[in-house]
Amino acid sequence: MARTILPFGPQHPVLPEPLHLKLTLEDEIVVEAVPALGYVHRGLEKLCEVRDYKQMIQIVERVCGICSCLHALCYCEGIEQMMGVEVPPRARFLRLVWGELHRMHSHLLWLGLFADAFGFESLFMQCWRIRERVMDIMEATCGNRVIVSVNVVGGVRRDLDAGQCAWILEQLAIVEKDLKQIQSTILSDYTVCSRTKGKGVLPKEQALQLGAVGPMLRGSGWAQDARQTGYSAFGEIDFEPVVEQDGDSYARCVVRFREVLQSIDLIRQGIAKLPAGDLVAKAKGMPDGEATTRVEQPRGELFYYIKGNGTKNLDRVRIRTPTFANVPPLLAILPGLELADVPVVVLSIDPCISCTER
Amino acid sequence: MDAVRGLAKTMFEDGYRFLTMSAVDLGDESLDLLYHYDKDLDLKHYRLTVKKGQAVPSVSPVYFCALLIENEIRDQFGVTFSDIVLDFGGTLYLEDDVRTSPFCKMSVTQIKKEG
Amino acid sequence: MFTMTKNVVRNLLTKSSTRLYPVEVRGHFDGYRGRLDNKIEDCIFCRSCQIKCPSQCITVDNKLGIWECDPYACVYCGICVDACPTHCLSMSKEHRKPTAEKSLIHLQGTPKKKKTATAKPDEAKDAEKAEDAAKPEDADQS
Repeated sequence: MARTILPFGPQHPVLPEPLHLKLTLEDEIVVEAVPALGYVHRGLEKLCEVRDYKQMIQIVERVCGICSCLHALCYCEGIEQMMGVEVPPRARFLRLVWGELHRMHSHLLWLGLFADAFGFESLFMQCWRIRERVMDIMEATCGNRVIVSVNVVGGVRRDLDAGQCAWILEQLAIVEKDLKQIQSTILSDYTVCSRTKGKGVLPKEQALQLGAVGPMLRGSGWAQDARQTGYSAFGEIDFEPVVEQDGDSYARCVVRFREVLQSIDLIRQGIAKLPAGDLVAKAKGMPDGEATTRVEQPRGELFYYIKGNGTKNLDRVRIRTPTFANVPPLLAILPGLELADVPVVVLSIDPCISCTER
Repeated sequence: MDAVRGLAKTMFEDGYRFLTMSAVDLGDESLDLLYHYDKDLDLKHYRLTVKKGQAVPSVSPVYFCALLIENEIRDQFGVTFSDIVLDFGGTLYLEDDVRTSPFCKMSVTQIKKEG
Repeated sequence: MFTMTKNVVRNLLTKSSTRLYPVEVRGHFDGYRGRLDNKIEDCIFCRSCQIKCPSQCITVDNKLGIWECDPYACVYCGICVDACPTHCLSMSKEHRKPTAEKSLIHLQGTPKKKKTATAKPDEAKDAEKAEDAAKPEDADQS
C-alpha cells in the first residue's frame, strides 16, 4: 500500500477561504488529515488594547463578513451584561429580525457553494439569485448589503417603519415561493443524493464529545441550539431546533435548508410582535468585570468572553467561533473517504476560516 | 494543577461538552486560564492561575477538540502544555523565528522548547 | 423533442433575467451608505468625528479649520454621522466612482473663534425667544 501526502488547499476552487489540510492517502482512501491554519490571521483580538470598547463593535463585525451582525450582537450583549444596561424590547425584536436575515443569506450562500462543489452550476446561480432579494432587504433597511453595522451598545441604530415591514413581508413571500421551487432539486435530485448520502458520517455519540456545533451537531441528532437560551427576543417567540438523524453531508444540507424556511417564519413572528418604544438605552460608566455570551450564528454557536477593567479599553476579548469548534470533528470524519469526496465533505461543515483565525 | 486533567475526566463522564479555553494576561507575571464547559445550555467556568513559563497538563487526551485551542494559546501567550495529542510546536500561527509571544503585556521572551 | 421546442419558444419570448449594466443601472436604495460628505460651512471643528472613528481616517485641525478624510481607509460605518453635533456630516447614496490614483478629501473651512461660536447659539436662542413670545412688534422685526 503506497502512502502519499497530498496538500488540500490553501487555494482550492471549493473553499471560500484558505484552509490547508495535509491528507495522507493510501491508494485514494484518506487515512489521516492534519490541518494548518494561519493564512488569514489578522490579530483582531489584540486591537482591543488600542481601540475603545465602542470602536471595537466595528472591528468585531469585520471578523467575518457573512455573519457580521451576529458578532456585533454577541459583543454588545456582553458589554451590556457587564454594564447592566437593559435593552428596550423594540431593539431586541429588531435585532432578531436582522439576525435571522443574516442567517438566511448565509445559508443560501452555502447552498450555492455546495451545489457548485459537485459541479451543479445552475443550481448555484439560482440560490444566489434568491439570495439577492435578501441582500436588497438589508440594503434598504440597514444601509449596506453585507456588513450592516446596526448594533450599538444598548440597542440598534436604525428603525423599521410600517411601510418597510410590509415590504419585507412581501419580499419574503417571493423568496419562499422561489425556495419551494428549488426544494425538490436540492433534496431529491439523483446527483445530489449520490454525492452526499452516506459521506462524511459523524456518529451521534461522537458528535458531542468532539465539540461539534451548529448544523453539524443538529445533523447528527442532537437538538441543541444556542437560540434556546433566549437571547435578544428568542424567549418570546415560538422556536424549535431543526434536527436530522443521519449525520452525513446530506443531513447537514437538509438541516440548513429547513433552517432557511424556519428563519422566514421567525421573521414573520418577530415583525408581527414588534412592540413600540425606544431604540437605544443609555449606557453609563465603563465596562468592568467579566462576561460570557453565546449566540447562534449560521455556522453554529459563537462564544464570547469579554473582560473589562474600568477604563475605556478592554482587557481581553476572546472569540470562539463555530468553525474553530468544527475543525476537530472534520479531522475525525475524513478518514475512510475517497479523495474525490473530500471537497464536498469539507464544504459541508461550512468552513468560515476568517472567523476561525480572526 | 493535576486537578485539571481529573476535572476534565469528571466532566467527560458527566456528559459535559468542552466549549473552549480563554487566557488572560493578568499583567504581573501570571496568566489566568479559564476552562468553559457546557451541558444542555448550562455553562460552567473553571479558573486556573499559572505563572508564566509554568507547564500545564493538556486536556486533549480526554477531549480531542481541545488540541486546537491549546496550540493557539501556546502561540499567543507562551504557555506550554504537556502532551498535546497533536502538537504543532508553536508553529500554528507563528513563524519559527518569532521569539516574543504576541499577547503578553510584559516583554517576556519565550524560549522555544524543542519539538 | 417537443418539450425542447416549448422551452425554446418560451425563452425567446420572455424578457432576459439580467440587466444590461452600464446602460441600465439599478441605483441604490435610500439610506445606503455610499459616500461621506461634509458641509464645511456648518462644521464647528469639534473633532467628535475624529475621536469616534473606528478606523481613524478623519483628521481635523481646529486652529486652521481643515477637515481631512481618507476615503480609502474609511469603512463607511456612519458612526461619525451619528456623532456629529451640528449634523454637517451626511452619507449620500451614490458611491464614489473608481479612480486611477488615491487621494484625500481635503476641505478648508473658516475656523470658529471662541466668541463667535458661543454668540451664534445665543443669537439663535434670542431669535427663538422673540418669536415664541409672539409680541406683534417682535414678529414684525423677525
